Amino acid sequence: MESTQRTIQLLLKPGQHDGEGQRVAEVAQRHLGLTTGRVQSTALYTVRYPVTDEQLRDFATHCLQDPVLHDVALDEFRHEPAYKSYILVAKLPGVTDDEGISAQNALGDFLNQPLDTHTQHIFSKRLYFLEHELPESSLRRLAEELLGNKLINRFETGPITDIRDYTPRPGGGAESITNLVPLTNLADSELVQLSKDNLYALNLEEMRAVRDHYVAIAPERQAAGLPADPTDCELEIIAQTWSEHCKHKEFSAVIKYKDADTGEEHEIDGLFKTYIKNATSEVDRQLRANGNDWLIKVFSDNAGAVRINPESLFVWKVETHNSPSAIDPYGGAITGILGNNRDPLATGIGGARLLFNTNVLCFGNPEFNGTLLSNQLHPRRIFEGVRKGIEDGGNKSGVPTVNGAIVFDDRYAGKPLVYCGTGAVMPMQLAGLDSWEKKIDAQDRIIMAGGRVGKDGIHGATFSSIELDETSPATAVQIGSPITQKLAMDFLVLATRRGLIKCSTDNGAGGLSSSIGELATISGGAVVELEKVPLKYPGLRPWEIFVSESQERFSLAVEPAKMDELLALGREMEVELTDIGYFTADGYLDVRFDGDSVARLNMEFLHNGVPRKVLEAEWSKPQASEPTLPATSDYTDVLTRLLGSLNICSRESVIRQYDHEVKGRTIIKPLMGATGQAPQDAAVVRFNFESWEGVAVSNGILPRFGDLDAYHMSAGAFDEAVRQIVAVGGKLPNLSYGDGNFWSVNDNFCVPDSVYDATTNPDGKLKLAKLVRMCEALRDATAAYCIPLTSGKDSMKNDFKADGVKISVPPTVLYSMTAKIEDVRHTITSDFKQADDVIYLLGETYDELGGSEFYQLFGELGANVPQVRFDKAKELYTLMGQANDQHLIQSCHDLSDGGLAVALAEATFGHGYGATVDLLEGLPVHVQLFSESHSRFVATVAPEDVVAFEQHFGARATRLGVVTPDSQLTVRHAGQPVVAASTAVLRHEWTNGPVNRIIGFGQPAGEEAAR
Amino acid sequence: MNDQHMNDTSQKVQALILTGFGINCEEEYAAAYRLAGAEATIVHLNQVLHGHVSIHDYDILNFPGGFSFGDDLGSGVVLANKLRYRKNAEGRTLLDDIKEFVANGKFVMGICNGFQVLVKLGLLPNLSGNVTPEVTLTHNASGRYEDRWVRLKVNPKSNSPFLRGLDTMEVPVRHGEGRLIISGTDTLTHIEEQALNCLSYTDFDGSPTDVYPHNPNGADLNCAGLTDTTGQVFGLMPHPEAFLSLYNHPDWARRKRLNPGLSEEGDGLRLFRNIVEHVQSQRQTAVSPQEASQFSS
Repeated sequence: MESTQRTIQLLLKPGQHDGEGQRVAEVAQRHLGLTTGRVQSTALYTVRYPVTDEQLRDFATHCLQDPVLHDVALDEFRHEPAYKSYILVAKLPGVTDDEGISAQNALGDFLNQPLDTHTQHIFSKRLYFLEHELPESSLRRLAEELLGNKLINRFETGPITDIRDYTPRPGGGAESITNLVPLTNLADSELVQLSKDNLYALNLEEMRAVRDHYVAIAPERQAAGLPADPTDCELEIIAQTWSEHCKHKEFSAVIKYKDADTGEEHEIDGLFKTYIKNATSEVDRQLRANGNDWLIKVFSDNAGAVRINPESLFVWKVETHNSPSAIDPYGGAITGILGNNRDPLATGIGGARLLFNTNVLCFGNPEFNGTLLSNQLHPRRIFEGVRKGIEDGGNKSGVPTVNGAIVFDDRYAGKPLVYCGTGAVMPMQLAGLDSWEKKIDAQDRIIMAGGRVGKDGIHGATFSSIELDETSPATAVQIGSPITQKLAMDFLVLATRRGLIKCSTDNGAGGLSSSIGELATISGGAVVELEKVPLKYPGLRPWEIFVSESQERFSLAVEPAKMDELLALGREMEVELTDIGYFTADGYLDVRFDGDSVARLNMEFLHNGVPRKVLEAEWSKPQASEPTLPATSDYTDVLTRLLGSLNICSRESVIRQYDHEVKGRTIIKPLMGATGQAPQDAAVVRFNFESWEGVAVSNGILPRFGDLDAYHMSAGAFDEAVRQIVAVGGKLPNLSYGDGNFWSVNDNFCVPDSVYDATTNPDGKLKLAKLVRMCEALRDATAAYCIPLTSGKDSMKNDFKADGVKISVPPTVLYSMTAKIEDVRHTITSDFKQADDVIYLLGETYDELGGSEFYQLFGELGANVPQVRFDKAKELYTLMGQANDQHLIQSCHDLSDGGLAVALAEATFGHGYGATVDLLEGLPVHVQLFSESHSRFVATVAPEDVVAFEQHFGARATRLGVVTPDSQLTVRHAGQPVVAASTAVLRHEWTNGPVNRIIGFGQPAGEEAAR
Repeated sequence: MNDQHMNDTSQKVQALILTGFGINCEEEYAAAYRLAGAEATIVHLNQVLHGHVSIHDYDILNFPGGFSFGDDLGSGVVLANKLRYRKNAEGRTLLDDIKEFVANGKFVMGICNGFQVLVKLGLLPNLSGNVTPEVTLTHNASGRYEDRWVRLKVNPKSNSPFLRGLDTMEVPVRHGEGRLIISGTDTLTHIEEQALNCLSYTDFDGSPTDVYPHNPNGADLNCAGLTDTTGQVFGLMPHPEAFLSLYNHPDWARRKRLNPGLSEEGDGLRLFRNIVEHVQSQRQTAVSPQEASQFSS
């Protein structure tokens, strides 16, 4: 141990339950097959700040030690003699260490000294002792797979007699080095290689465009005293700005589309423009024509904005964070949540108040027991890490996670999909200005707020624009610090209300390069002085500072006259603010370090110089047929198995670890009823405590249907999200003049590499055709329901390649919807409310078992994919809105995975009720029970309302039966029972399904080992 | 919303609610006091620590839930440490002020993380009167953070005005470190004898229980909340401020169906009404009966 550093170790007192140690031992046994014996966990703090022996002891005992729980050891690694091995988990240099910073904060308070926050003085670590003597390889495996991630942590392992410590040291000296990267005489192959080596993720044509640009402007650069060749920083900025992640080149590309079945061909002038932007413009036209002018901001800022009422805006954004979550599930998910939070926070002027989070996750089978590819993480580990990231990202920020979904499919085993959504409320006016507008003038200062810059997250934007493989870079990982962001968020809310900020944006993908690059388009240029940017540690080159994606940062535009007041507020709230330059109007992004030019880029070329791609798509209908199933009539057994299946079973273990009611405004939570186990459709959140206005939130995602037809998959997912909102009592928009009933939708496409290449991607044309069809369905759905898209995202390279194998996600689209709820007290939950209420099926069932969970149970896909009949659906949803105005519906649950049978069962889970139901003649029993036809609901009606209800719905409602007091679910056909089950048994199967088993739920930790 | 009687604003009960540094339940906490008829002021912790705002201008000092300073050293530890050691320009710690505040007969409440702060600081249960930690709150027996609704029973022997007249309450818990550990039989005996364990987790029948999930964290004495010996300092793990309206409850829709005339107020609000009414009544007894009648509407 170095003499300049001191060590404080906290050990649990004998007799105190070491939950963490016990869990490590159990999980090592269960998941890795390693027998560790008892495991003792201890906390280590390495102190580099000069303190006396007495100060160290007092700090340890008064500030760090819990006198009830802990013993303290100073400058030693204390352990019981029975232990034989150790694992030390430290952090690599520059990795966020919130615990160390907290301890440092406490030391400053204890000494009553302001500790220099520019230097980390205290480093937190974990030190584990294992009873058994394990070989080095086993200890390392345990460390890397259970206790940390080698991209973030440094592990020391071995026999307990030889404990090695590790404390991160900052990197070497300052590196104000900027290199030139000559392009002029490079051959095509050399250009491609350069792009690959430097992770630019630019293709040949784009590299040529850059080269040609530099050739063309050589005289101009010479005249300005600049080198003819581009600097490393310039190329990094171009690569970031032109990345698929930031520029959406494939959604802008010209697509030559061919239908191989009919021979028809046509050209698409960009997916985004044709199917998303134009479709929303048309919806907006119809809305405005009918006095509904609530659509305030679409596609042009960090998040879309709609008007709630004359005083406030609802701001809403959903993003994905797939690639980072594949290599560091916890870090990827937490930065996904926090990063997505920054979008509504930094829309317009900024400072929206966050209202809720929602998230949708797609994983491989967590019970996978085959061989993993190199650097592929086990799906269970990804699931657990992502879940924990969402827990910390949401809970520690005080934002309720109000709902979500988890979809399992083996094809997500290489790259999971992690969708994070955040809704927020912003006043229409901030200090007298329109809050949603971004205005910047030349000479306004550029302020960086929040966290500091390190090497974390360098190349995130370009990295997410290429496929993952076994050599994916460690620097692309970022670590989130919810507490740092919470401080910045609180600051932003106050500063914007005081009129101190002209506008703000998020530092996400691409870091300063992206945030300032985009803000500079408003004024027409910017000068950035990189030497002023506060760093986590020295050793960063200028280009690294500019593109680093270190988290929890905002870029603000501030009028010079407001600077003093802004900086004072930052000091008071302990948020680091740094003036790093100013905006200009000269058309250049001008980046300097100590006065020397590091990059000087023409903004027009930077933002509009990227060559447009031309892509090929070719559609042919897949060969599919309806299966012949083994003859069965035991539908009780089928229903029981469906309820316990991976995609239908309860997610309670996940849901309960998310705070879904902080802020006290959540009205419909993911699980409701007296049991707290009735699953709901959309979430409902009220905006404040002064009115009953609120918002419903839903998610539609149906990747399996895409195997049959991507169009119907996309249409179905859109309908699923709409009907979830209708189920809780939401109304379609624009039904009457000026009804003000806003809807705001985010589309999120996550597809495999869809660019055709004869050798590397031979089915690229079909994949692209699927994407085109998904977009066509989106256009048709928005038009049919008159529901606008307000923001969205596309993630185009969701493949994982290793050991010569490629795992590609199925083409996936998520529609995340929000809609205004006039009075949350009149919303409807899914659970049956009272015996003798009459049960109805709303909507029509078709022979559409293709892609169903029912077929999945038999290992079949089928052919008859469910289709959305938009006109009939809209008519039904309109009728439902009217019925709700008359309070005719007591419970309502939408039909989705598992069809009618699963919906009926789930509606009994909230209380001890049962149901007796009679199926109709006509369709076969299994079709009526399990078909997943869209636009359907199970609803219950009070006996006294039956006449009015039946009159209102006419043929659209089918009377099924009644709610019974006896906890029995009985379904009959032609007088014979086809399903007869105890609802308690069904609920038990559902609750004890694979998800709750894997996450470990319902038992105190100590009892888990026994199972 | 309570500004219609401009002339009596100064006489409203004043609740100070601290925020900043990861505290995140301040808005619903303030709403609770406003709905209960008090004036609620949300103030950044540094405003108080730096002496810009004095707690003595208020009747009730409140520590909301959240993750103060990220809770990385154990819930509430860094904030408690700040209250004990950080000195303002006059050389006083906030703990000095809080001691004086309580000695003046005023009230302190902590919810969830706020409760953890009061425990780690030693303001609860404070058997010794020296404000040193005597019990602790640590990781739930389940090892997990959990959001679920629980039933509480009020200790009938509790002397705290926060709980007067209350018997049972339904509220959500949302914590990972809510397990109260009381080491030493002396401490345990004193807490029980003086009825400082003011709230217990109960099963469906209303009996205190150590069975998960009714007792969500495995707390000693099945204890969900503590008071000090005066009853003026009160803290609890569950969130009464998250049950201000009927519509927060997971079973609201069925209950309303069974009883359409059901009150739209949540159980949690009763607790805030209690303390606000108590402070008001204290004032009424402190002023002449004639004056008192002016604001006894």
